[in-house]
Amino acid sequence: MFDFLEGYDVLGAFWMTVKLTALSALGSLVWGTLLAAMRVSPVPLMRGFGTAYVNIVRNIPLTVIIVFTSLGLADIFGMTMGASDDVDALSFRLAVLGLVAYTASFVCEAIRSGINTVPVGQAEAARAIGLSFSQVLSLIVLPQAFRSVIGPLANVLIALTKNTTVAAAIGVAEAALLMKEMIENEAQTLAIGAVFAFGFVVLTLPTGLFLGWLSKRLAVKR
Amino acid sequence: MKLRKVTAASATVLALALTATACGGDDSKDSSSGSGGGKIKIGIKYDQPGLGLKEPDGSFSGFDVDVATYVAKELGYKPDQIEWVETKSADRENALARGDVKFIAATYSINDERKQKVDFAGPYLLAHQDLLVKKDSDITKATDLNGKKLCSVTGSTSAQNIKNDIAPKAQLQQRGGYSECIAGLQSGAVDAVTTDDSILAGFAAQEQYKGQFKLAGLKLSNENYGIGVKKGDSATVDKINTALEKMVSDKAWDKAVQDNFGPADYKNEPAPKIGNIVK
Repeated sequence: MFDFLEGYDVLGAFWMTVKLTALSALGSLVWGTLLAAMRVSPVPLMRGFGTAYVNIVRNIPLTVIIVFTSLGLADIFGMTMGASDDVDALSFRLAVLGLVAYTASFVCEAIRSGINTVPVGQAEAARAIGLSFSQVLSLIVLPQAFRSVIGPLANVLIALTKNTTVAAAIGVAEAALLMKEMIENEAQTLAIGAVFAFGFVVLTLPTGLFLGWLSKRLAVKR
Repeated sequence: MKLRKVTAASATVLALALTATACGGDDSKDSSSGSGGGKIKIGIKYDQPGLGLKEPDGSFSGFDVDVATYVAKELGYKPDQIEWVETKSADRENALARGDVKFIAATYSINDERKQKVDFAGPYLLAHQDLLVKKDSDITKATDLNGKKLCSVTGSTSAQNIKNDIAPKAQLQQRGGYSECIAGLQSGAVDAVTTDDSILAGFAAQEQYKGQFKLAGLKLSNENYGIGVKKGDSATVDKINTALEKMVSDKAWDKAVQDNFGPADYKNEPAPKIGNIVK
């Protein structure tokens, strides 16, 4: 029944999905944390920028963002991201850029909700012993906040894994693009769809289970 | 407690499976009742200028549309009895199998895999994979493509041909739609766009691009456009074939080609013989 799989590098395509997910997850964790720090910072300008960024970016459809990186940034503004004569590398980097820009806004909100779980007294006490804002945040608040938002961040990660399929729109050779190729050639929509759906379940289900377990173990008991 | 969880889970799975089969049952019932009512449903593309395009005012234009209208007329349906249905590439086989449409005329190349799923009437047009380049471009043969930036649509046969056979060293950029590729060609971000020459001619003939692009005329592959019909419906296939033969013999075919591709300087093949598939 699944003999149509011959001649296609399904594992390779899913490996590309994994690479996209991993790099984008890393990038959006860093950028999202910075955004969260801005949103709780005492500087009004930074708070304003963080709020505006999150509210604008998370309300733009991901497809629009990804296509804009390719048609806008690369085609019109000539951005090359250090890959001027390798189209595949360029699309990959643009896709990661788009995914990071988008996912970071969700990461930021998850972390901000974690910050809200930390009792105000903790920050006040930290300030009272003379720590600066960045010290309060990085030494006292964020470590506790992260432990309480592993669950929500797992959701963001799973959503990100599935969102990588949008990168097919600008030609990144990941799972969704191979699926399109196979449907075009083999005319077996259901069986092919099932194979790729199964692939994504294999990717995301263990992630969810593991991070769910981790969030229970690491949660700060209050 | 554990046992209850397992029972609940399996009940959910069972329920889902039942719902899924129930849907399937409904669909097949629809198909048998769908043929009545004095209307005919025809599948076309909505987004390919020159072949099948939905105009802003809601009307439809293109070569596929003209052919489908002619065939419908021969089957006994006036133009106002036609109900156009959008059938995207990935959904064509299912739309026929479900009976959503009577037949599909949507740049549907006849190939062996598809023949196992649907029956084909025709072919009614022989197209070739080709390149669209800027008017002053120096790309004249396939090997010129190596190292050049080339655009095609994600997952399309044309994109795969380039990657595997024609010019593996070309920088292939895959985009969501041909209009995005054409935009890239206009801005200079890509050097060539590739797909069937009929589709490229349709884009090049559009008002806003007139005179900017040219077809390279390379004939990189043979695409035999057929009319897809539900598997096993040989009566309809025969009727459509008769209609197509008549369309060619009374010159309506030539007029349709001229109307739709004329402005793009498209050198079309002569009308193919029914059942004559060029490999």
